[in-house]
Amino acid sequence: MDVLFNNLDLFGPFFLRTIELFVLSAVGSLVLGTVLAMLRVSPVPVFRAVGTAYVTIARNTPLTLVFAFFVFAYPLLDIVKLDYFPAAVTALTVYTAAFICEVVRSGINTVPVGQAEAGRALGLTFGQILGQVVLPQALRSVVPPLISTLIALLKNTTIAAGFSVAEAGAIRSYLSERGENQLVGLLWVALGFIILVAVLSFVQRSLEKRWSVAR
Amino acid sequence: MSNVLFDVPGPRARLRYRTYAVVGTVAVLGFLGYIGWRFYDSGQFTARKWEWLQYAQVQRDLGNAVLQTLEAFAAAAVLALIFGAIFAAGRLSDHAWIRGIAGFVVEFFRAIPALILMFLFYFGLPTVGVPMTPFLGVVLGLTLYNGSVLAEVFRAGIQSLPKGQSEAAYALGMRKTQVMFLVLLPQAIRAMLPTIISQLVVLLKDTALGFIITFQELLYYARYIGSQGTFGRPIVPSTIVATVIYVVMCLLLTALATYLERRNRRNKKVIAGTGGKLEQVALGSAAGTAGG
Repeated sequence: MDVLFNNLDLFGPFFLRTIELFVLSAVGSLVLGTVLAMLRVSPVPVFRAVGTAYVTIARNTPLTLVFAFFVFAYPLLDIVKLDYFPAAVTALTVYTAAFICEVVRSGINTVPVGQAEAGRALGLTFGQILGQVVLPQALRSVVPPLISTLIALLKNTTIAAGFSVAEAGAIRSYLSERGENQLVGLLWVALGFIILVAVLSFVQRSLEKRWSVAR
Repeated sequence: MSNVLFDVPGPRARLRYRTYAVVGTVAVLGFLGYIGWRFYDSGQFTARKWEWLQYAQVQRDLGNAVLQTLEAFAAAAVLALIFGAIFAAGRLSDHAWIRGIAGFVVEFFRAIPALILMFLFYFGLPTVGVPMTPFLGVVLGLTLYNGSVLAEVFRAGIQSLPKGQSEAAYALGMRKTQVMFLVLLPQAIRAMLPTIISQLVVLLKDTALGFIITFQELLYYARYIGSQGTFGRPIVPSTIVATVIYVVMCLLLTALATYLERRNRRNKKVIAGTGGKLEQVALGSAAGTAGG
């Protein structure tokens, strides 16, 4: 208990930073992932190829390596300067978007053909069918895997600790500087994540109930 | 499936698609060209930044780093599969207390980030007098995390089997353990092979986390070479080389999964009728592959 209460000034802000990192990259990867999914189902082969190439590369690269690229290599390219925190958000977004894309795409597959056909019969365009008929149903039917991906994202935020971002994963090194017991400190960090994951699982269950598509 | 969304294009649509294709190609090429130009402009393509690849010693060390990655992967994969099988069987046990313990362990390790698990082993255990090496920390962390994910995969596979399988086995006079390990698990593993292998891809990628606890694997070596002043600090080239190696290794594993999936579809020994449920599970675990 002492390790937690003597160092609340670490645990509080650092876990808040984790949540900040999580929310920003979750929004980013949901947007980018949906755009990628739209590319992957579009009627233009070039767009499909771009989406596929992106997903294949991003899914098969370790996230730590993506981090290493944005933190160590990217600044040398001298494009737009990214601080450690924005770099971490970028790395998490670029990586997670590929997984979100695949989840959304599998959701699009669950929408019956008749829905799109009815839309076409009404004279809707491809964009309208996708945006107003198919995607809303697809997103609702993939709530569970979508949130599983977000839970993975939450856990992945710890990797930022290896790249100079002061979030929950970094609490350990600060504790060791203060000469606290690291094992106990780490168990508290673990408990923090168990609680955060439990919250997300709760959201998952309630959304699943409320948003399930009646077919 | 893409024709869910659009009909066979007519002449005007084809013209429009062609315009989009041209615009899209130009945009993509422009983006890649810009990145390439930034690489070139900041001197990442100069011979000096790449000459390290020619040194025999560097090549040997790079090979060793890849071997370290593969060693950690192999050890953790085998242990995680064993852990998964045992705890899946535990969660399906008839004894409430075994179910309870197994369920608690699996949920516990699934909720903790793999990196925190590695920290717990590498930094935490030595404080209570248990000696640790980075290699052991990586392997144990990966085993517990991926093992508990695999336990859920096995469990879903077993639950998707028709009830007649275990009923027939019991009718033959088999014991519970025999039913589980001789009849149910082999079928579940076969049906779930593609999912299991995609989880192993996650495990392979997660070995790169070891770099944070100073395990000297591929990413660690790429970082090291990238910081060498004698080679002009080639961090961009070494990152590119490491990425290519990782992507190739993972794609080989993925190719194996796709091959097994295709073989499964032809194979009559794989129980039919589990399709819907397995798809559900596969959908869930496809998301799980984001783990690290």
